Amino acid sequence: MNRLLAWRLVAWSLGVIPLLNGVRLTLQGGLGANPVEYLEHYTGSWALRLLLVTLLMSPLRMLTRLTEPIRVRRVIGLWCFAFACLHLLVYLAFDLAFSFTQLLADLTKRTYITLGFTAWLLLLCLAITSTTGWQRRLRRRWIVLHKLIYPAALLGALHYLLLVKADIRQPLIYLGILVGLLIFRVPSWRRQGAQTTANQHFRPNASQQ
Amino acid sequence: MLIKMPHSIPIHSSEITPEGLYADRRRFLKELGFAAGAAISIGTSHAWAAEPALAPLTASHKSEMAGGEGLTPYETITHYNNFYEFGTDKDDPARNAARLRTRPWSVVIDGECEAPQRIDVDELLNPRVLEERIYRHRCVEAWSFVAPWIGVPLGDFLTRFKPTSKAKFVAFYTLFDRQQMPETARGVLNWPYREGLRIDEAMHPLSFLSVGLYGRVLPNQNGAPLRLTVPWKYGFKSIKSIVRIQFVEKQPPTTWGTMSAEYGFYSNVNPEVDHPRWSQAQERRLGELFKRKTLLFNGYPEVASLYSTMDLRKNY
Repeated sequence: MNRLLAWRLVAWSLGVIPLLNGVRLTLQGGLGANPVEYLEHYTGSWALRLLLVTLLMSPLRMLTRLTEPIRVRRVIGLWCFAFACLHLLVYLAFDLAFSFTQLLADLTKRTYITLGFTAWLLLLCLAITSTTGWQRRLRRRWIVLHKLIYPAALLGALHYLLLVKADIRQPLIYLGILVGLLIFRVPSWRRQGAQTTANQHFRPNASQQ
Repeated sequence: MLIKMPHSIPIHSSEITPEGLYADRRRFLKELGFAAGAAISIGTSHAWAAEPALAPLTASHKSEMAGGEGLTPYETITHYNNFYEFGTDKDDPARNAARLRTRPWSVVIDGECEAPQRIDVDELLNPRVLEERIYRHRCVEAWSFVAPWIGVPLGDFLTRFKPTSKAKFVAFYTLFDRQQMPETARGVLNWPYREGLRIDEAMHPLSFLSVGLYGRVLPNQNGAPLRLTVPWKYGFKSIKSIVRIQFVEKQPPTTWGTMSAEYGFYSNVNPEVDHPRWSQAQERRLGELFKRKTLLFNGYPEVASLYSTMDLRKNY
């Protein structure tokens, strides 16, 4: 079996297994006394976890020098988006009964909703432009656009932190992992930054427009 | 889910709570789940441990005080708890509270009163004075249930100790024992858990001291052996597993109040006054999918006179 296929299998199971498990729990009445809350927590946690997994892919490539992590990253990202959509859907359906006015009130008054919804919008942009077609069309701008994953992750983690009453260990763990993954990137960002500055020196007219 | 229960008929525990059936159903489904999804059991799975048989209680009379709303199943009320001494997840207390030793148990009543005393909790289980009340319970986290509590009116109980004119407030303390409550080592809250009521609130006929639930003594996770039930206030005011009741002159500090300004001393259920981070206009009744409107004072307007001169937005 070739290596890429194995990576693909793992990437797909990262989404399919929690999805099937969620369906299983729902069908068996295993969601506890407050099923809506359970589903919100379940789908939200998986969206956040998979988001962190996508951010793990480029460090993995750097550490292992394999290209597969980057090649399966899109699948994981789309599964993250799928869970974010389910999360939003459960909230819209059962918390708001699809009331637009209530959504508007929540978006303007509830900071954690504002953050979470913004994160979902960012993920939406990334999901739409995730196709090879869009990648080709946007070229270098695609890379810049897809840096939105960092604010999306930060917003998602803060969204979680803000709704917890007192025991903030769980959200802090996610936030900690995220910070770790970001810190790992700092050296390469600094290299890139240095390169950009060098390029600007080389073409001084480019910045005068 | 609506379960209509005619309250005039004596409620036998076997009638209301098919516990064995419930437990078996869960176990059966759980095993089925493991068989079908052994490979996919990544998510959290619930432990629905069977509870030890609790002693039955008899009440001299029963009052339906939840507007005829259906009772929330026993299984739900006992497996969805905020009792941080036994963990912060809703199903933690049901799992961990077995460590709580509820006998022998005494309560100290002292402070600004003429007859301070230490009372054995068994003294409170006298069927001649026990009554059952069906109350709504509304958590500050916007979920709610309806439960049949057994206990005594708090006012009747407090009067026995002859509070003096200096007794302007009543302070309540939960047991704090690291051995029985290992989760307290993490310091999520300022232990021991403390709560308080103004004396007129405590003496209000709705204020209730519960020792039982659904025809039996309280399960540990619901605050055995003795807890407060103040139905017009957010659930965290209804302090669990009480070991001390103290009459005081000044407004006593409360645990959540010392944690954050988000939780006021009064904490009356009020759909108009939102929690700083979320709305209190609606709530989810456990067992229902969609939210319902939250009622002022949780649907107990008879307490409004206690606050007639107060701005409820400021005194939240």
